[in-house]
Amino acid sequence: MDKEIMRFDKVTKRFGSKTALNDIDISIERGRIVGLLGPNGSGKTTFIKLANGLLHPDSGTIHIDDRLPGPETRAVVSYLPDRMYFADWMKVKDLAGMFEDFYSDFSRQKARDMMDKLGIDEKDRIKNMSKGTKEKLQLILVMSREAKLYLLDEPIGGVDPAARDFILKTIITNYSPESTVIISTHLIADVEKVLDEVVLLKEGQIIRRENVDRLREEEGRSVDQLFREMFAQG
Amino acid sequence: MEWKIDDRYPIWSQLSEQLAAFITGGQFEAGQRLPSVREFAADAGVNPNTMQRAMAELESLGLVVTNRTAGRAVTEDRDRIDQIRRTQVKKEVDIFLERMEALGFTRDEIMGVLREAITEEEDG
Repeated sequence: MDKEIMRFDKVTKRFGSKTALNDIDISIERGRIVGLLGPNGSGKTTFIKLANGLLHPDSGTIHIDDRLPGPETRAVVSYLPDRMYFADWMKVKDLAGMFEDFYSDFSRQKARDMMDKLGIDEKDRIKNMSKGTKEKLQLILVMSREAKLYLLDEPIGGVDPAARDFILKTIITNYSPESTVIISTHLIADVEKVLDEVVLLKEGQIIRRENVDRLREEEGRSVDQLFREMFAQG
Repeated sequence: MEWKIDDRYPIWSQLSEQLAAFITGGQFEAGQRLPSVREFAADAGVNPNTMQRAMAELESLGLVVTNRTAGRAVTEDRDRIDQIRRTQVKKEVDIFLERMEALGFTRDEIMGVLREAITEEEDG
C-alpha cells in the first residue's frame, strides 16, 4: 500500500475572477491527523470540497488513495460538511438508515453506542434537537464509517467546551491507525493537542506546514502562537 | 485522570512525565495492566501517535513493559519505580531551589521557610 492517502499537484480553483486556491502542491500520508488552518476565506472549505470530489480543479490534478476523485474515492472518504444538511422532518433512525444504505463501511452499532452516551434516541426528531446535538450527531455518523480519509470541515464550529471535548474524543477513538483525518478550523488552541501536523492556508496558498511536536521542540512555540504571528492584523 | 498540557514543551514529553508520575505516585501499581494507547489518548484528548511516543519513552525508562499477549503493563521491578520516583523528586527540588535562590533566599532561610510551611500544614 502506498504511504500517501492524498496528493494535490499544482491545483488551482477559481470562482469567477476570485482565485480560491492557487497552485497547491501537497502530499498527505496515511495514519495522520492534520489540521487545515487559516482565517475565513483562506480556501479551507474549497480544499476539502476538491478532495471530496464535490468541486473540480480548474487546473492541476488530485489523487485520493491513488485515484482521481470520483465515486470510488467517495466510497473511502467520509466527509463532514461545514453546515447541517439533514432535513428537519427526519428522525435519527432515518438518517442512520441513509448512511447504512449509502456507505458499506458504515457501522450502525458503532453509531448507536456513541448516541447512547449522549442520550440520543433513534426515534428522536432532528427538528427537536439543539444546534450542538445536531452537530454531534452529524459527527457521530461521519466517524461511524471505516473510511480511509475523513474530511472534517469546521467540526467544532460554535460548540461549548464539553461538546468540543466530546467531538475531539470521538475523532481520536474512531479513526484507525491506517486512516487519515483532516480537520479544518480557525480555533487552533482547541484542536492543537490532537494534531500530528498543521497546514496553514492564507489567501489560497499554503504558507506553512509544520509538525506540531517539531515546532514545540525546536522553536519552543505552540501552533496557536505560530498562527497568531502569521495572521497578526496590521 | 488529570492531564495538564501547556504551550511551551513538546506534548509527548509532558505526557510521558505525567504518565511516569501516575506510576510512581501509585495510581498504577507495579505489574498492573495499562489501558491501550488509544484509551489514554482519548482520555487526555491528544493524538494517539503522540501518546504512543510517550509510551515508548516510558518503555525505554523501564517503567512500562510490553507483553505480547497481555499488552502493556507497569513493570514488576519496584526498585526501578522507586529509582524514577527519586529522580522526579530531585528534579522538583532543584527547580524549587533555583527559584528560591533567584528570589535571594539563602539555603538556611529556605530550610526555615520549609520547616514553617510543613509545621503549619500539620497543625492546620
